[in-house]
Amino acid sequence: MTLNIFVQHFVNALSLGSLYGLISIGYTMVYGILRLINFAHGDIFMLGAYFVFFATIVYKLNWILGVIIAIAATTICGLLVDRIAYRPLRQAPRISALISAIGVSFFIENFAVVVFTGMPRPVVQPKILMKPIILPNKVRLIPLGILVPVVAFILVAALLWLLYKTKPGLAMRAISFDIETTRMLGVDVNKIIALAFGLGSALAAVAGILWALRYPRVEPFMGMTPGIKAFIAAVFGGIGSIPGAMIGGIILGFVEIMSVAFFPNLSGYKDAFAFFLLIVILLFKPTGILGSKIEDKI
Amino acid sequence: MLKINDLNIFYGAIHAVRNVSLEIQQGDIVTLIGANGAGKSSVIRSIMGLVKINSGEIIYTPKNGKPVNISNMPVENRVKSGIALSPEGRRILPQLTVEENLKLGAYIRNDVSGILSDIDYVYTLFPRLKERRKQKGSTLSGGEQQMLALGRALMSRPDLLMLDEPSLGLAPILVDEVFEIIREINSQGKTILLVEQNAWAALKIAKRAYVLETGSINISGTGQELLNDPKIRAAYLGG
Repeated sequence: MTLNIFVQHFVNALSLGSLYGLISIGYTMVYGILRLINFAHGDIFMLGAYFVFFATIVYKLNWILGVIIAIAATTICGLLVDRIAYRPLRQAPRISALISAIGVSFFIENFAVVVFTGMPRPVVQPKILMKPIILPNKVRLIPLGILVPVVAFILVAALLWLLYKTKPGLAMRAISFDIETTRMLGVDVNKIIALAFGLGSALAAVAGILWALRYPRVEPFMGMTPGIKAFIAAVFGGIGSIPGAMIGGIILGFVEIMSVAFFPNLSGYKDAFAFFLLIVILLFKPTGILGSKIEDKI
Repeated sequence: MLKINDLNIFYGAIHAVRNVSLEIQQGDIVTLIGANGAGKSSVIRSIMGLVKINSGEIIYTPKNGKPVNISNMPVENRVKSGIALSPEGRRILPQLTVEENLKLGAYIRNDVSGILSDIDYVYTLFPRLKERRKQKGSTLSGGEQQMLALGRALMSRPDLLMLDEPSLGLAPILVDEVFEIIREINSQGKTILLVEQNAWAALKIAKRAYVLETGSINISGTGQELLNDPKIRAAYLGG
């Protein structure tokens, strides 16, 4: 393997992993607060990709404006899912919300088939992101490959800042330990939960947009596999932990890309690695890499 | 300041609170005593808005305000209008630091400098908390957690401070300290509703007391009257 090829694999793995990480943050935040696996999250990601496709390719807006509109529209969809499908079930047994989540997922996918048609549509990549940069030793990189992890890390840093340095962030951390106590201290819990859904959806939108650029097409079921893998990444990193979600995503990205790079005849099993990883972590460290056993409520 | 009329609370088929009426005057310490499961926590939690009431009304008069029926008011608005609760079992947020717990108690406020000076005030009430300000809540001892729960409830600058079993699980010497501090907080102008199993300590500092038995109030009077009541002595004060 030449240096050039290795560097390309490395960058590929890092950017795929960052995308998994961005999606898995949405799972982990919602799970941390509500103990709910938001199955619709992968479909929110798909909507992000479609919205940017429509804004920039169908309606020919410029990319910056298109990205802003896509993030805003996806965030609104995420908030609506919480408001319509989960909030009425807040007092219901957890299994009800889980079933509701599965229903929402099917609904969004099939609604997308009706509205957008089931046909995959190509995404035209902006040339500036695709023009290779030549580094010493004939290493070639495309700007998109660097843009993805950079954007992901900036967003995660911003999210951590919000969680640890702001008042809503404090409330969000508090809610994940004890909703009722946080409520009796005067926090409007539904607002904070909505904030978690909104932030998770915005990050999923960014991931969807970058995904659509990287694998240049959109289709209504594109959220299923990345969604499941990102959920696995969240479990792997320690569900409830945001740095854990990012680390889990990146590890998963590396496992997928590198195993195929070094053992090309395994490429048919590419999608199975994530599940293998899931089984291993559940057997040996069920709380994930950064997850700690939830301390008993005092 | 607070008046409850004919309050009823059901949990499913269980009639937990039966036609309870009580009144709290501004500036008083009022205590609600009774055995485990008598419905004390249900009453206090319904004032906070944490349990739904089935009938009756809760009328609250904020400082310099008009009486309002708060029965259907969202919890956060009750906090804003001056009601705070230090819950049974302390309910410290285990992964947040002592200081973060206090800041969360001031969530409804936006006066940054006022919040900081109130944190200092809590630290002067409880110097141990200052030593442990950067430690996680889960690392505190039971007594320190109780102090933190009290301090956290003070951080919203409430007019009516409700304390649910503040002495539960504390060593006797700490129990005395906690009641001393409750008295001190009261002397600084806060009205206090105290729910206690430790009837003797509660009655000693209470201006007015209500005894709750299987969901109903059958006896009430001043703290001193109840301390001298032979029936109360037999049932709650060990003879």
